[in-house]
Amino acid sequence: MRTAPVLPMLGRQAYAEFLKLLRVPAFSVTSIVLPSMFFAFIGLGNAKEPLFKGSDVLFGQYFLASMALYGVANVMVLGFGISLANERGQKQDLLMKSTPLPAAVYFFAKALSALAIALMSIVVLSLFAAAAGGVHLGASQWLTLGARAMLCSIPFIGLGFALGYLAGPNSAPAVTNLIYLPTAFASGLFFPLQLLPQFLRDIAPYLPLYRAAHLVWNSVGVSYDDISADWLYMAGYTVAFFLLALWAYRRDQGKKFN
Amino acid sequence: MPQPVVELTHVTKRYGDVEAVRDVSFQIDAGEIVAMLGPNGAGKTTSINLMLGLRNPTSGTARLFGLDPKDLKARSRIGVMLQESGVPGMLRVTEIVDLFRSYYPAPLPAAEAIAMAGLEEKARSLVKDLSGGQHQRLYLALAVCGNPDTLFLDEPTVGMDVEGRRRFIEEVAALAARGRTVVLTTHYLEEADQLAQRVIVINQGRVIADASPAAIKSQVAGKRITFTTPSPRDESQFDGLPLNSKVVDDHRVRLLTSEPEQVLRELFRRGVELHELEVAGADLEEAFIAMTQREVRV
Repeated sequence: MRTAPVLPMLGRQAYAEFLKLLRVPAFSVTSIVLPSMFFAFIGLGNAKEPLFKGSDVLFGQYFLASMALYGVANVMVLGFGISLANERGQKQDLLMKSTPLPAAVYFFAKALSALAIALMSIVVLSLFAAAAGGVHLGASQWLTLGARAMLCSIPFIGLGFALGYLAGPNSAPAVTNLIYLPTAFASGLFFPLQLLPQFLRDIAPYLPLYRAAHLVWNSVGVSYDDISADWLYMAGYTVAFFLLALWAYRRDQGKKFN
Repeated sequence: MPQPVVELTHVTKRYGDVEAVRDVSFQIDAGEIVAMLGPNGAGKTTSINLMLGLRNPTSGTARLFGLDPKDLKARSRIGVMLQESGVPGMLRVTEIVDLFRSYYPAPLPAAEAIAMAGLEEKARSLVKDLSGGQHQRLYLALAVCGNPDTLFLDEPTVGMDVEGRRRFIEEVAALAARGRTVVLTTHYLEEADQLAQRVIVINQGRVIADASPAAIKSQVAGKRITFTTPSPRDESQFDGLPLNSKVVDDHRVRLLTSEPEQVLRELFRRGVELHELEVAGADLEEAFIAMTQREVRV
């Protein structure tokens, strides 16, 4: 007895997942266009101003990094959260479960498809910021920004999975937005932390997006004494969110298939 | 001895306090076409889910090709149509068939699977734009596209019109004729009669009969006497008659008996008023009603 080879299966599954995400404009258009739109509203006017007096970093560069991170994490949290909750609501997992598709291939394919959409959002945003905002970065800065934003999206894959299995199909859009938007705000992605109320400044250092923001801001020239703590936090969040996702997945499967 | 396809051994499945399946044992061999028949809630779907490893038995064991039904090697040899399962609406028919083909080691060409299900005209459509009957056809295409030895079809013709059901049954019969094993559940009794060589009747979680359609019909015997009478609920008029079953709905009485002449003679002798009298051979439906009423062991 044999089974099908895994790599072609992964390729097909990732392609199908990508099409599923892309063909829901409510998701794909907002994911790909929204970061550029925020950049137009908030970043364009001051793009050429220094971030603060005497800074080498321009506000346009800084806000480009903010929105790149906002965009990729948005894809992960909302893309996974809402689409998984919907698929469960429509019992799509039932038929899949009876096929010889390994669960790991299914999840890996979903992650790959979301990473592809996330990359598209970064590319569109970068082109827009460069063309409309005149944002300049060195070649290595562009690459570092892209790579760090993509890396920082990984813990949010786990968070999205967890939310997808914990939220109901009807409540998923509200729940994911309620969690994601305020934390993006409180992490200083839209307005610098100095402008936020004290209690938010107090909790910000514990938020994953705040730590990720340090890493992307650093990639466009904002200097910090030490970013290794931020990397450590990201690794910790990755482990924590994936464990949470695993727990939520097992809980859901236990209910349905035991 | 060849490996049985399905082997349930003293399987019981409990959901909370409800015993959906009680101490069921049977095996299904390669090449058999088996219909699982029973009223709604009898435990047919639970039985199929146990065979497929979608549910774990509370006690007893379920085997698929001698393996744990969750084993991907076993699942690579089966195709499945489930009740109330969903598929992604934003994929085209060809895309999702290609996706499912990639799960199996030796799939059929996509066009062949789509043609077998009679969906050629809708091959380029998005899944969300298919009608209810077309959805069932898509599920059939997905079940056969991996070129499996064995098909599990849970209520496959739900949502189809009469013509659609007839065509569907023909297609499944054609698949079965190529040596595939087919296990289907249905409450359309004529489907079981037309398709299956073996009928497993389930009621209240128990197997109450397991035989060929013909044997089941002969077991519960002979003839159906149908008539209308002014006081059908007067039990005394049927006392002591050699009946296998009696169903009264409205003013219409349906009797199943192996001795129709005796029954009629006695009814006339008792002066029971009979209108619109019909006597005919029992079909599987009558056999089924008689069995679920009296739990006949075959």
